[in-house]
Amino acid sequence: MIECKNLVKNYLNGDVETQALKGISFRIEKGEFVSIIGPSGSGKSTLMHILGALDSPTSGQYFLDGVDVSGLGDDELSDLRRNKIGFVFQSFNLLPRATVLRNVMLPLLYSGTSQKEREERARECLRYAGMEESKFQNLSNQLSGGQMQRVAIARALINNPSIILADEPTGNLDTKTSHIAMQTLRELNEKGHTIIIITHEKEIADLTDRIISVRDGVIESDVRVNSNQ
Amino acid sequence: MFTDLFKETIRSLAGNKIRSGLTILGIVIGIASVITMVSIGQGAQSSIESNIQSIGSNLIVISPGAQRGATVSTGRGSAQTLTVEDAEGIKAQVADIKGVSPEVSKRYQITAKGTNTNTQVVGTVPDYLDVRSLKVDFGSFLTDQQNKTSAKVAVLGPTTRDDLFGINADPIGQTIRIKNVDFEIIGVTLSKGGSGFMNPDDQIYVPLTSAQHFLSGDTFVSTISVAATDQNSMVLVQQQATDLLLQRHKIIDPTQADFNIMNQTDIVATASSITGTFTILLSSIAGISLLVGGIGIMNMMLTTVTERTREIGLRKAVGVRKIYINLQFLAEAVVLTFLGGGVGIFLGWLASLLVAKFVNLPAQVSLSSILLAFGVSAGVGIIFGFYPARRAANLSPIEALRYE
Repeated sequence: MIECKNLVKNYLNGDVETQALKGISFRIEKGEFVSIIGPSGSGKSTLMHILGALDSPTSGQYFLDGVDVSGLGDDELSDLRRNKIGFVFQSFNLLPRATVLRNVMLPLLYSGTSQKEREERARECLRYAGMEESKFQNLSNQLSGGQMQRVAIARALINNPSIILADEPTGNLDTKTSHIAMQTLRELNEKGHTIIIITHEKEIADLTDRIISVRDGVIESDVRVNSNQ
Repeated sequence: MFTDLFKETIRSLAGNKIRSGLTILGIVIGIASVITMVSIGQGAQSSIESNIQSIGSNLIVISPGAQRGATVSTGRGSAQTLTVEDAEGIKAQVADIKGVSPEVSKRYQITAKGTNTNTQVVGTVPDYLDVRSLKVDFGSFLTDQQNKTSAKVAVLGPTTRDDLFGINADPIGQTIRIKNVDFEIIGVTLSKGGSGFMNPDDQIYVPLTSAQHFLSGDTFVSTISVAATDQNSMVLVQQQATDLLLQRHKIIDPTQADFNIMNQTDIVATASSITGTFTILLSSIAGISLLVGGIGIMNMMLTTVTERTREIGLRKAVGVRKIYINLQFLAEAVVLTFLGGGVGIFLGWLASLLVAKFVNLPAQVSLSSILLAFGVSAGVGIIFGFYPARRAANLSPIEALRYE
């Protein structure tokens, strides 16, 4: 359901062209729990941006549910992000002066869904992500890191996306909270969501089923860890 | 869709009350100051015009000029060259005149029972009523008999009466004291609705001879007012009066005349040029306020959008289409400028009203000033609120999210 064929991404920095991705190809099936691991500068963030339809490759093709994303325009990419992709950003990127509920409902803006349904879905996703009911009306900048993470996960879930992309989901959390967050993602995966985690931490990657390591813009290794797949 | 847009706009504005408040404040100040300035300017203009109209109609005013011939030229108007005889000569020998009134006027401190005021005291003759188109409200005006006997009687303007005896009181029979001389009040003139410096409602009239005997102490007059019978005869009357006075003062060269003669048209023209300058002055002050206000709005809008680039990136990343981001920022700018505009117009109107009430200036809010002020502020607010947001919405979501 995700298929990358020879993805290349070049950045032009002044007159110097740097190649962030030098031909990457892989397939991720529905329901997988994958981590993409690599040191900084390896191209893993670029890859995540392309997988998340936030950026388009210089050459190569990227198919999401059979649709060639590389050829889409700005509005079509927006629609694709809204309908098929859930993001969990490293810095959570919540609206600071908005309530938890409003943050979770953000992707449903301008979608034509009724206010009532939006709230119901948001509450459901928040419970799903393990958020305490009493905090639903809190402002998001009054939350702890772990709680923000849950809100970010709930927001990623709200449109029932095909894939959930988590960029360094534990990067801003302590070890204990990190494990809880990973546990939540694991539970989501068990409920059938495809989850892709971008990380540089080996021990976080070890908690997933498949580890794709990227180095210098190419895939170094692609191994399935857990046998329960 | 539109309910979403509306809610997002309101939440976003309410979410940062200080930011929204400051932006609105900038707009309010810009708009309110322009409206107030322009209304004061126009009020001053109409006030001056109505003052001139209230002097009288078809009026020619003769005032003393500089005394020439001597080696030293004293200031214009300071000379004492006009006499009652000059006035009588004009009345007797110039055709087409309705009346002539010689006047001696000076400001004095006036005291009544327990109250006092400072106002213009005019010594004049009964013709003054016709010349200045003045009417008596109650009591009577000065008579020739009182003039002959230098009677110590006075007629008050309605404003002076209000100041000394209370509003709409009947002061007839009471006395006022001018320069330690008691004058009995015999009448009150009808209000002419003038205001400001040369207000005919704020004057005291006494017989000319009384003014000369008890107040000025000499036989000169400070002005001679001549009313022509109609507009058409004014030029002729002015010419004849000039010739007569030159002859009486034994001056051959008209450029050496020791008096000034002005008709009302000249006065209006002079005043118009003064108010014109005044209006330009106020307009430029208003223009500067508008400019400063505009820059304030621009600043606030630009900072707001820059600060919110990450938010724009987030919205794009979660799949909000560019058009809705643009629309939201446009709506925010519109709401801010309209709120600020509304409050600004209200405050400007209120300020003009207060000025009209307390400064006694007929300040009126004009539609053109509202439109100008509102147009400029709204234009600046919307352009600088919308344009940078549009730029941010065109960034790729990653760039916008990374924006610090």
